[in-house]
Amino acid sequence: MVPYVLTMVLLAIGVYAIACKRNLVKVIIGVMVAEYAVNLFLILMGYRFGGRAPIRTAAMDRAAGAADAAKAFAAGSVDPLPQALILTSIVIGLGLVALLAAMAIRLHEKYGTFDVAEMKKLQG
Amino acid sequence: MRGMTVIVRTVTALVSAFALLYGIQLVLYGHTSPGGGFAGGVVLACCLILMVLAFGKDFVADVIGVRTLSVCSSVGALLFLSVGLLGYAARRPFLSNFLAAVAKSHGGTILVCDVAIALMVAASLSGVFMAFSAFRPED
Amino acid sequence: MANALPFLVALPLGVAFLMPLLEKLHEPGWLIDLLATLAAVALLTLSLNTIGEAATVYWMGGWGPDSGVVGISLVCDGLTRLMLVTINLVTLVAVLFSLRYMERYTTKGFYFCLFFLMVAGMNGVAMAGDLFNLYVFIEVAAISSYSLVAFGCESEELEASFKYLVLGSLASTFVLFGVAILYNLTGTLNMAQIRGQMDALVGNPALYVAAGFFVMGLGLKAAMVPFHAWLPDAHPSAPAPISAMLSGVLIKALGVYALARIFFSVLGPTHEYAVVMMALGALSMLGGVLLAVGQWDFKRLLAYHSISQMGYVVLALGIGAAVLADGGSRAVAGLAIFGGLFHMFNHAAFKSLLFLCSGATEYATGTRQLKELGGLARRMPVTSGCCRIASLSIAGVPPFNGFWSKLIIIVAAVQAGYVWLAALATLVAFLTLVSFVKVQRYVIGGELPERHENVREVPVSMCIAMVTLAIVCVGAGVLCPYLMSADGVGFLDQASDAVVVGTRYTEVALGGMAP
Repeated sequence: MVPYVLTMVLLAIGVYAIACKRNLVKVIIGVMVAEYAVNLFLILMGYRFGGRAPIRTAAMDRAAGAADAAKAFAAGSVDPLPQALILTSIVIGLGLVALLAAMAIRLHEKYGTFDVAEMKKLQG
Repeated sequence: MRGMTVIVRTVTALVSAFALLYGIQLVLYGHTSPGGGFAGGVVLACCLILMVLAFGKDFVADVIGVRTLSVCSSVGALLFLSVGLLGYAARRPFLSNFLAAVAKSHGGTILVCDVAIALMVAASLSGVFMAFSAFRPED
Repeated sequence: MANALPFLVALPLGVAFLMPLLEKLHEPGWLIDLLATLAAVALLTLSLNTIGEAATVYWMGGWGPDSGVVGISLVCDGLTRLMLVTINLVTLVAVLFSLRYMERYTTKGFYFCLFFLMVAGMNGVAMAGDLFNLYVFIEVAAISSYSLVAFGCESEELEASFKYLVLGSLASTFVLFGVAILYNLTGTLNMAQIRGQMDALVGNPALYVAAGFFVMGLGLKAAMVPFHAWLPDAHPSAPAPISAMLSGVLIKALGVYALARIFFSVLGPTHEYAVVMMALGALSMLGGVLLAVGQWDFKRLLAYHSISQMGYVVLALGIGAAVLADGGSRAVAGLAIFGGLFHMFNHAAFKSLLFLCSGATEYATGTRQLKELGGLARRMPVTSGCCRIASLSIAGVPPFNGFWSKLIIIVAAVQAGYVWLAALATLVAFLTLVSFVKVQRYVIGGELPERHENVREVPVSMCIAMVTLAIVCVGAGVLCPYLMSADGVGFLDQASDAVVVGTRYTEVALGGMAP
């Protein structure tokens, strides 16, 4: 319950920054905060209390015994799947922020300001 | 873009070799320890950015060249894709680990894919930085 | 034929990464054009090849059921096949159109790179067998489309693209949130396995939170009315072939297809989801067409009509879901979903054609404002003929394809008992007709202003592209009875069947493994 509530608060902060801030750079920061809120949520979903990092070594296998080494590993480590998921998600976020920053630079060139309220050429 | 002071340039010249080596280590050991293609690629790109900040834009443009960066990123992506397609030649499904039997403890195709991803990420990120720095008016 | 499924993603990816090399290493424009055309033809051939066969699943890297684990899969069932054919048909037409249209912009190589990345993403969305790959391919296609909207780098295009980017990335964040909640509840990402565990999870509040996130995120991608604010700026600002791709297939593959996949095949249709979908559909239909009536910019008008027609599709899917959830007649649900999917295919055909015609008009005359155009029928016969066919199709005039799909949706709504929704659909169809009579009168009829005295017909490749889509519009309309019968072309039938029979996706995607 607690991970849900806290990450949604973080997501709400990101959405507030996107919706209510007038400076383009602050909007970009809001996008980043919202994205990292979701990454944090995924990591928290995969965590297992008392778990170990999911790297399997030969010593671990010997200690567990030959029959159920795989099961012992799976039971004792945190879930590695969300870690792979957020790696991909972080890379996607990186691409997005690079694109956002490039667009913000170009917009500043064209309009002379970072203020969102000044960029009202498209109406209706 | 001008470079920075003598102190920064000297320290960067000493440090960047080790930083590049660290990046390469992250890539090559990515299948057995934390790291991998993306993290290693980012460290390599940060090294290049450090060199540009310390020595000025012309340094990288003369030594490496912006066109090389663009070509490297395409080559990295095409290498990854061809690793996937070579699985067909070995009569296995797409993106299968057909090198697993070749070198038992070295990850097989994961290593080749890591190198390709690192090449692509490093080239793309430093290319992005070059593109941003092109917008600055000359000081 | 299952072995060919990865090529639908690998081929556009390979072409996309080859284009910057060609651009940087040497400059023969004809090589880039040839490569792009060949790739589009190959993609269309591959997707047409999947039509006549049984549903297949392809396990990537060999990590399938026979190796003991459930890995990443590409699934090709009836709905996927419909999406693949639609996407690759519009891709081929857009490539043919861009060969000459993009001469006016710079760096055609980079344009085709981003274009084929978008196509790879959309093909991947159509085929994804697990939730996270669905999200990754949605992002690949969406990020490419953000860059393509800003391709001309004028101030309006940048502003439109920035707004699209921020809203689109927020939507993707919501989708990832939904995926994370579903993973937490079920412990797996494979869509068929999640469906297998749904019966145990009925009534769990976290499930409704996840469904809410999916509706918000994918509803924004599909341009449903509370979330439509980016579309009227983004679609007109893009270059014309990209507008055709965006309105024609992107909002369908990323929005409507993903919604249908998640709400029919993963979560299972319940009454609450059906009500939400019907409400979104009705709001979008009405909102889109009312906002379009006052528009005088050709492409902006078309963009508002995209919102309205997507409302039709979501409404039909919602009616089908409601009938399925209430345990009603399967035939009625099948008819509603068939109407929705047929309308999705038709909209891809006629909306892309309309955007290509507006692009041709802009190429020839240099303007998009309806008040400055007029009398193009004599000077540009091919463009105005295709524009006329597409306007008649979207307005729902009898022999063309729009009439049949709207009729099926209205009949299904009446049969399911939602008479007032059917009346709303008829009203919206009438208002669409009003809008397009205005377009016809201002663009094609009327008098030619003096400054456009010298306009000529657009180049041959652009004409071929427009005529191809016009033939598809007419063909889908005239051959509609054959498309509906089970022993006709049948791929629409398979599509609606795949959606209606909920357990069929699980059987296909897991190939006999117990979920």
